[in-house]
Amino acid sequence: MVRIAQALLKRLGGMAIVLALVVTVVFVIVRVTPGDPAAVMLGSDATPEDIAQLRTKMGLDAPLIAQYGQFVLGILKGDLGQSIFLDQPVTTALAARAEPTFFLTLFSILIAVAIALPVGIFSAVKRGTLFDQVVVTLTMVAASVPSFWLGLILIQVFAVGQGWFPASGYGGPDTSFLERLHHLVLPAVALGIVNSALITRFTRAAMLDVLGDDYVRTARAKGASERRVILKHALKNALIPIITVIGLSIAMLVAGAVVTETVFGLPGVGNLVVSAVLRRDYPVIQGALLVVAAIYVLINFIVDMLYILVDPRVRL
Amino acid sequence: MTDTVLSVENLTTSFKTADGWRAVIRNINLTVDAGETVAIVGESGSGKSVTALSTMRLLPPGRARCEGRILLEGRDLLQASEAEMRAVRGGVIGMIFQEPMTSLNPVFTIGNQIAEALVLHRDLSWKAAEAEALRLMERVRIPAAKSRLHEYPHKFSGGMRQRVMIAMALACRPKLLIADEPTTALDVTVQAEILHLLRELQREENMGVLFITHDMGVVAEVADRTVVMFRGDMIETGPTQEIFAAPKAIYTKALLASIPRLGTMGDAAAPRRFPDVDPATGFATDGRVTQPVSADAKPILTVDKLSVRFALPQGQIHAVEDVSFDLRPGETLSLVGESGCGKSTTGRAIMRLVDPSAGSVVIDGQDVTKAGSGVLRAMRRTSQMIFQDPFASLNPRITIGSAIAEPMLAHGLLGRREAKERVAELLEQVGLSGTMAGRHPHEFSGGQRQRISIARALALQPKFIVADEAVSALDVTVKAQVSNLLLDLQEKHRLAYLFISHDMAVVERVSHRVAVMFLGEIVEIGPRAAIFDNPQHAYTRRLIAAVPMPDPTRRGHQPPPLNEEIKSPLRPHGYVPPKRAYREVSPGHFVQEAA
Amino acid sequence: MTTASLPLPFTASLRRLFRNRAILFGAIILAIVLLAAILAPWIAPYAPNKLSIVNKLKAPSFAHVFGTDEFGRDIFSRAIFAGRISLLVSLGVVSISTVLGVLLGVTAGFFRKLDAPISRLLDAMMSFPDILLAIALVAALGPSLTTVILALGITYAPRLARIVRGSTLVLRELPYIEAAVAMGLPTWQILTRHVLLNLASPILVQATFVFASAMLAEASLSFLGVGVSTDMPTWGTMLASGREYMNNAPWLMVFPGLAIVFSVLALQLLGDGLRDLVDPRLAKES
Repeated sequence: MVRIAQALLKRLGGMAIVLALVVTVVFVIVRVTPGDPAAVMLGSDATPEDIAQLRTKMGLDAPLIAQYGQFVLGILKGDLGQSIFLDQPVTTALAARAEPTFFLTLFSILIAVAIALPVGIFSAVKRGTLFDQVVVTLTMVAASVPSFWLGLILIQVFAVGQGWFPASGYGGPDTSFLERLHHLVLPAVALGIVNSALITRFTRAAMLDVLGDDYVRTARAKGASERRVILKHALKNALIPIITVIGLSIAMLVAGAVVTETVFGLPGVGNLVVSAVLRRDYPVIQGALLVVAAIYVLINFIVDMLYILVDPRVRL
Repeated sequence: MTDTVLSVENLTTSFKTADGWRAVIRNINLTVDAGETVAIVGESGSGKSVTALSTMRLLPPGRARCEGRILLEGRDLLQASEAEMRAVRGGVIGMIFQEPMTSLNPVFTIGNQIAEALVLHRDLSWKAAEAEALRLMERVRIPAAKSRLHEYPHKFSGGMRQRVMIAMALACRPKLLIADEPTTALDVTVQAEILHLLRELQREENMGVLFITHDMGVVAEVADRTVVMFRGDMIETGPTQEIFAAPKAIYTKALLASIPRLGTMGDAAAPRRFPDVDPATGFATDGRVTQPVSADAKPILTVDKLSVRFALPQGQIHAVEDVSFDLRPGETLSLVGESGCGKSTTGRAIMRLVDPSAGSVVIDGQDVTKAGSGVLRAMRRTSQMIFQDPFASLNPRITIGSAIAEPMLAHGLLGRREAKERVAELLEQVGLSGTMAGRHPHEFSGGQRQRISIARALALQPKFIVADEAVSALDVTVKAQVSNLLLDLQEKHRLAYLFISHDMAVVERVSHRVAVMFLGEIVEIGPRAAIFDNPQHAYTRRLIAAVPMPDPTRRGHQPPPLNEEIKSPLRPHGYVPPKRAYREVSPGHFVQEAA
Repeated sequence: MTTASLPLPFTASLRRLFRNRAILFGAIILAIVLLAAILAPWIAPYAPNKLSIVNKLKAPSFAHVFGTDEFGRDIFSRAIFAGRISLLVSLGVVSISTVLGVLLGVTAGFFRKLDAPISRLLDAMMSFPDILLAIALVAALGPSLTTVILALGITYAPRLARIVRGSTLVLRELPYIEAAVAMGLPTWQILTRHVLLNLASPILVQATFVFASAMLAEASLSFLGVGVSTDMPTWGTMLASGREYMNNAPWLMVFPGLAIVFSVLALQLLGDGLRDLVDPRLAKES
């Protein structure tokens, strides 16, 4: 137990370093703006007084190092600053829009994994057959489709054409949860399909890799059935890289969500970011970047922990 | 009257290639009786493993095709259904493979993997199967079997994993055991243990064993009858004693003539060349003894109290500990020992490919242990290195001529034009043609590549060469040729070699002096004859005794093996190694005193 | 053996290259797209910005094979010209990320002491989803063709750096690199002749994939309105402006979308094919 705790501490330390770097990168990105961010934010008809006021409000008059200190202190206190245009704390703005993004990401990953695992495994086992070739071709095509374009097509066919699903939005504040889920079906499918293509390809490759390993031959030499060889001996080993790619694809889903939310008019974090960019609302951009990156780092940490469960070789 | 377990008749196996089916083994005929061991021997590419895999029908069905008959107790396996084959695999035929490190599934416990075979074939519950698995682990003499039942493969050494494989293969008391190079990846003392174990189990179970190997020593040690294969064909077959005594095929003659044999050196004070074999007749002319080293020559290399340690989270690896020796011009000093003993690290530390933790390395009168880049660069001209893997030793992207010329140009020794002439000259020296300079490495065989590596090492006209397992990866016949080349070059240029090897028979042949390493320390060092004819340290004796003799008449000379888990040079932090004392047995022959 | 130590495909003949069907198809599609973009002024039937209110939102016909948009501009002509910008952006992105990625990757892989700091930085950079990082960078730098290229270039550099670092770590342990060190070759020569030369194939493969990702990302940025300015047609901006008319004039969406799909598909085919050629595990079996 002590060793597990030690390992946990060590990994948490590594995570802290990456998070510190993430914070710094975010700070730098927002500060590379050429010219005065306050002036840029307020547009060309702002008076010098307005600009000066905003500069003070954003703490831009302090020296860079002090700004950085303020920024870090704020984060530690859970304060990501104040949105200029929404006139509310960034944390409040993000929290208000977390739900659609969370469920969109969740459903997309479920759809993606539900398609990808069985198809990828079967395709690897039936390597070179017609089924395999169809899978390889389809996944290749699906991975080439921009997810927003696929979303628009789905809207045309299933919302505008068939009228099965709403074309846009997330319902009003008093719509039921079920109703909101209904709004999420098309976006989740659009996002899920594109990602399932990537996970399928990866699962197939990982399985093929593992099926060529010596211990698979050993299992066959033992007289194990093909089913047993694949589902017991090969799959558990292939899971190790597959877990990694699923973790990675969650991050890609968040990126995809930014675009998909815009297409489907979902009031999520992605939508918030895009409008913040258009309005040059730097504190919001900064806060959203930080939160998303932190979530990604956390997912990575969980994936690392999962390795310990799956792979006994991972040194604690 | 013995029962024939396996009878292979006119077996031809073909693989599907871009240009249609291509036969990789042709018309193989062999039988294995109960209680008998039949060896298939051949060099790489001879098709011996394909024969084994064909018998188990483990080749991929779409891409491989077997013709002929494979009769297991009279039943043709090539006609059997897949379900019938599953009952055969692991049930009637057990199989063990060459790579113990990768042949066990890393994510399941040892107990689970052994028990699986029992559950599959003997209809046992998992619980009963695990109890039986424990019994099997004890039977293959895995120490502390009970506590290791629930451990994962990565905690086991290669030898112990191979025991697990054997336990798994024998779980259902098969009639036939196919062993595909089961000891090739193991150290020689571990090999002796595994062979001993296999022999015992075979006697108890009255199994037939089909033993596949490239090592004539192992063949002589284990096989009742032998099949010699060459490029997919059966060249010769017969009782092992007869094949060794009077080989008929030219290839077999050449093969036997090329094998290094322990104890054929007499009292020669210098290395002896391997016999030159005429490939057309297989006729061998005995090798000549090369020059001895003048004892009063000034050493070209002096290593004093060298230590190399690597820090790990759980402790410190004392890879090399307090190692001292010197090397004189024209001399070969061999560093021998088994994997993990620190012999390669010693060579790499001398070359400054790793940094020593303590001690000094003096090359040609200059201490290079702490040398800056200038001195180091000069040192690089005096000493060179040859590596084990001929396929990774050359940059695949550049021509061999360019690779050989590179060091000369980098050190500004020659202009481009002269370098080109010198490359041709060097290629001729290593037995290749100067016209080959424009080719890329992939156009050459393993032996040729090793010659190219030697030519490249010679380019800077070094005074000594660290040869790290330089001939170990080569097939027997090629090994002899490349070793002879090294000896010839030594005579010609008065080159000194630090010859790092695990192969005792080659070492005996090519060395002036020998140092035996164990767990990072030199336990015994001395003239070749003293070490081999009068070994003093217990480990040296074990090492020499474990070498299989390519002579079936001397079978069973080995002492019973120790069956212990290999010790590791991993020590806790802050470990202070004990001070060692050495005793001089005879002039120049030192042995470490027991602690 | 490692990916990195295999002979380079470009020393192999083109015939061997094109025996791989994926590479052949990918190359053909890509050649068509490239040719169309380069020859745009000569093959486009109309000027890309020529307005013609009479012809607005016309369905595909002989006169306008891909139809016309809300200003009566010819979609086919615009798509061809848009291809120039889309390809230019992607090429720029690949160049920047390859240079940065190789520099960082080789440094981290070869010099032990620099490995940890560079790797942590790459970890941090890769914690940002690609589009999000690019959006933030574009927002900070102000949207323009150059900043989009720069932003995406920086976004994809860590991906390449990781691959290059991994391959360099493997290479560094190979005997021929050690032999080069043992021969006393200068470090820059070891890095260029022995390391970089052998990294060429993995870099080429990865660059192909980055090319494809860049193309998709550029389209996304343009679609979101945070990319290249809308008066410069790219496939993404065409989709963005066509969206309003999607219900009555779907061709506004179909053709630029297909252009993206085909180009990205071609690049993926190419990348996959090249990887199969380079990867010894697969090569062994074919």
